[in-house]
Amino acid sequence: MTTEEKNVRGDWEYRLKKNRDEMRMQVVSFALMLFLTLVAFFAVSYDKYSAWFIVPFILLLGVVQVVFQLYYFMHMSHRGHGTAAFFLYSGVLVAFLTVLTFLTIVWI
Amino acid sequence: MSAEEKLTRENFPESPEKATLEGKNKFLGFWLFLGGETVLFASLFATYLALKDSNAGGATSQDLFELPIVFIATMLLLTSSLTSVYAIYHMKNFQYRKMQIWFIITILLGAGFLALEIYEFNHYVHEFEFTFKSSAFGSAFYTLVGFHGGHVAVGLGWFITLLIRNGRRGLSLYNAPKFYVASLYWHFIDVVWVFIFTVVYLMGMVG
Repeated sequence: MTTEEKNVRGDWEYRLKKNRDEMRMQVVSFALMLFLTLVAFFAVSYDKYSAWFIVPFILLLGVVQVVFQLYYFMHMSHRGHGTAAFFLYSGVLVAFLTVLTFLTIVWI
Repeated sequence: MSAEEKLTRENFPESPEKATLEGKNKFLGFWLFLGGETVLFASLFATYLALKDSNAGGATSQDLFELPIVFIATMLLLTSSLTSVYAIYHMKNFQYRKMQIWFIITILLGAGFLALEIYEFNHYVHEFEFTFKSSAFGSAFYTLVGFHGGHVAVGLGWFITLLIRNGRRGLSLYNAPKFYVASLYWHFIDVVWVFIFTVVYLMGMVG
């Protein structure tokens, strides 16, 4: 094996390892999302907490879960996602204003 | 690196989805699309939130919703999100066969989700006579949840078409961005579902 071939091979093995480490992180974030889902369902089915507590609580759990989904599963934590984040957060801003409007100044 | 170069696992780029100009454009364009989708779903969520108590004397959310079925649907979709992460993981390692297998598992889980949703809607219509025309709540509910179900159906069709069309081509810099973008779409569907099970079902149970 020439030195160059060795380097190529080493590169490949290094990348495999890096990808494997990242995949491990993905499984950890999946476990966390699973846990957040279970907590949300449990909080609602337990029937002892008041709606004033449960509604903000499960909304918060949902937001945290979505952050995991975006930054790990959809790789937004990687480099080169600046414009992607800009597009998405522009959408989120309009989304927030739309929901706020319909909940406050629209009456039916 | 050009799209025609012969690929081996050693020279396969680290981010195959962004190795060509077409791939880069696809990536950026797709995130712009997801921003638009966010706004689209926000308008449906906002409408639902404004109308969810206007049940015109018919079935309310508490009469209709059952947690077990929503829970199973949530698990199916969340797991399918992880299996498509596995597919992209194998894509980046230039393991085409494994990528195909994980995408097929994703499709099966997604199909299970869709089947549950169809069963659920069917149940509402026949047991509670709760239809799109029953009340403002009915219209808002079926539009929001149905739109999401439509997205799931489109996502399944997208995966199936991609897998069939590229079945014997092997992995290349031409189709890697396509697989990547399809998996982004699938994750986004799960993101929307997180809000649906929280805002529609769980908050609907609480009242």
